[in-house]
Amino acid sequence: MRELTYTDAAREALAEAMRRDPTIFVVGEGIGKRGGNFNTTAGLYDLYGPERLRDTPICERGFIGLCAGAAMTGTRPVVDFMFADFILDAFGEVVNQIAKIQYMSSGRITMPIVLRGCIGAGSSAATHHSGSYYPVYAHFPGLRVAVPATPADAKGLLATALRGDDPVLFLEHKNLLATKGPVPEGEHCVPFGKARIAQEGKDLTVVAIALMVQKTLKACEDLEREGIAAEVIDPRTVAPLDMETILASLRKTGRLLVVDETFGPCGIGAEIAARVMEEAFNELDAPVRRLNGRHAPIPYSPPLESAAVPQVADIARAIRDLVAE
Amino acid sequence: MDSDAKAAGAGLRGAGAPGAVNLYRTMLLIRRCEEQLVRAYALGLIPGPCHSCIGQEAVAAGVCANLRPDDVVFSTHRGHGHALAKGVTPGELMAELFGRVTGCSRGRGGSMHLFAPEVGLMGTSGIVGPCVLQAAGAGYSLKLLKTDRVSVAFFGDGAVGNGAFHEGLNMAAIWGLPVVFVCENNLYATEVPFAYAAKNPDVGGRGRVYGMPGVTVDGNDVLAVSQAASEAAGRARSGCGPTLIECRTYRLRPHAEGMRDGGYRTQAEIDEWKARDPIAMLRRRLVADGVAAEDELEGMDAEVKAAIGEAFEFAKGSPWPDPAAGARFVFSGE
Repeated sequence: MRELTYTDAAREALAEAMRRDPTIFVVGEGIGKRGGNFNTTAGLYDLYGPERLRDTPICERGFIGLCAGAAMTGTRPVVDFMFADFILDAFGEVVNQIAKIQYMSSGRITMPIVLRGCIGAGSSAATHHSGSYYPVYAHFPGLRVAVPATPADAKGLLATALRGDDPVLFLEHKNLLATKGPVPEGEHCVPFGKARIAQEGKDLTVVAIALMVQKTLKACEDLEREGIAAEVIDPRTVAPLDMETILASLRKTGRLLVVDETFGPCGIGAEIAARVMEEAFNELDAPVRRLNGRHAPIPYSPPLESAAVPQVADIARAIRDLVAE
Repeated sequence: MDSDAKAAGAGLRGAGAPGAVNLYRTMLLIRRCEEQLVRAYALGLIPGPCHSCIGQEAVAAGVCANLRPDDVVFSTHRGHGHALAKGVTPGELMAELFGRVTGCSRGRGGSMHLFAPEVGLMGTSGIVGPCVLQAAGAGYSLKLLKTDRVSVAFFGDGAVGNGAFHEGLNMAAIWGLPVVFVCENNLYATEVPFAYAAKNPDVGGRGRVYGMPGVTVDGNDVLAVSQAASEAAGRARSGCGPTLIECRTYRLRPHAEGMRDGGYRTQAEIDEWKARDPIAMLRRRLVADGVAAEDELEGMDAEVKAAIGEAFEFAKGSPWPDPAAGARFVFSGE
């Protein structure tokens, strides 16, 4: 299969959807002629012009609220936030309007809107350009939250988002954008709520999210030499969350670690641990463990930043510790 | 009123006699429905809040008379009048406030969350501001889809100090969106006077700041409102972009039923505005100009009251929603 970068794969999904569906338009800062800060829309302006690739003033709350109204009336906006941190300026529109209107209208109004932005620490971008936030959105009814970890999933999950009628947060880790991988040509949709088993193993289950999938697989290379075989699960979407696949793996391994760059309290790991307790308590040979980013804002300086999120060595240590429990 | 207001204030002949009578009927329908809701609240039939628009009927009636069924409206927590003027029936409105399954939002919304997309009511909201942005976004859709439909935002003076007003008007102007922004300036944001909340009290004049026409009209003169809305909707429909209309009006009831209404305005002020009741004002003109006789208007009132009575019985007799149904529609296709 041909290989593409994560960014090119996601852009391919967008380009194919825009070609198929004239009601799709993109808004954001610098997504027109410039092609997007992260090349999310490169080349599309020449094909579709300013109405469908709409540069905006810097007013996140304003243009997301505007796109909510557009989604309610027959078009399919894609809001390109560049950095997911900027979505927070529009939080009320996301939670109070976009997530609720399908419900409040008893399904008579749909909300086909994609909110995309880059997440993650690792590029000394400091605290306003490094957050991830996905557990927050997973908390609310009415939102789908996709966190692709591979180029193929970047394409497949965005394609699914662009075909559905629900609001979707599509969050791309900055340190994954340049990674390359095989990507199917033509139409490629990855369903929401279907986890991917990134690596099979028998000794423990590791659920890893976004960039943490790659880091966990790296850690597993060394661990394999030590005789530890981890099963690595990439949930692909944290809302809906594929507990079935996680529980099936746990039944096999008896041990579960969740590796998540975002904050621990009230996070995805906490949710998974609670669900395991409720549904598979007797399968556990050891407590569910979590490895999270530090519960503090992301700092700038490389040594400070790198200590703020799980690194390969941290993951390897957490796996060894859990297997030894 | 400033000179813009005088210019926008059309005479009865301008609106046409049938037009004026229809406007009268719409205002009357809103008034009688609101009065029935006020009584229903006192009877304990409304489990949540009830925001009446008594005194402000001319804005809803005057604007919506210039809209087509396929035009869309986004409104506020004080949206009963807009819903009725856009085509929601009094029965569906009352049933919604009573929490019944026959309500326009199937009992999910109450006074502040009215949804009837079938007649172009795309929603009212409990949060001040978003309707301005959503109306701009609908304008974006309607333009992208190459229609000649129009989008309307109703909002109060309270929204004018909100960032959504600035951001929404700016984007609508730069992209030439087919939107009519209607500020229902009733002088108070809940209980905070607009005179306190804005150093510049001229809302209509802010249109040109954003690069769009802006007018201020007497919001209790339904003919003036209708004239301004007709021009604005025509402009939007023909691809000439958005307009801001400020309608100066007054809320005669408390912010919400059951709320203490003192400490922020005087009885003298309320009485002054009662003397400028939009329905009584038009009635005097209709009779004076010989467009309608007193007994005809009495007959119309009796007919409207009867319809409201029926709507009330319908709402009161409607079933409650099935509690299990409350899990549906979180996502599409459920």
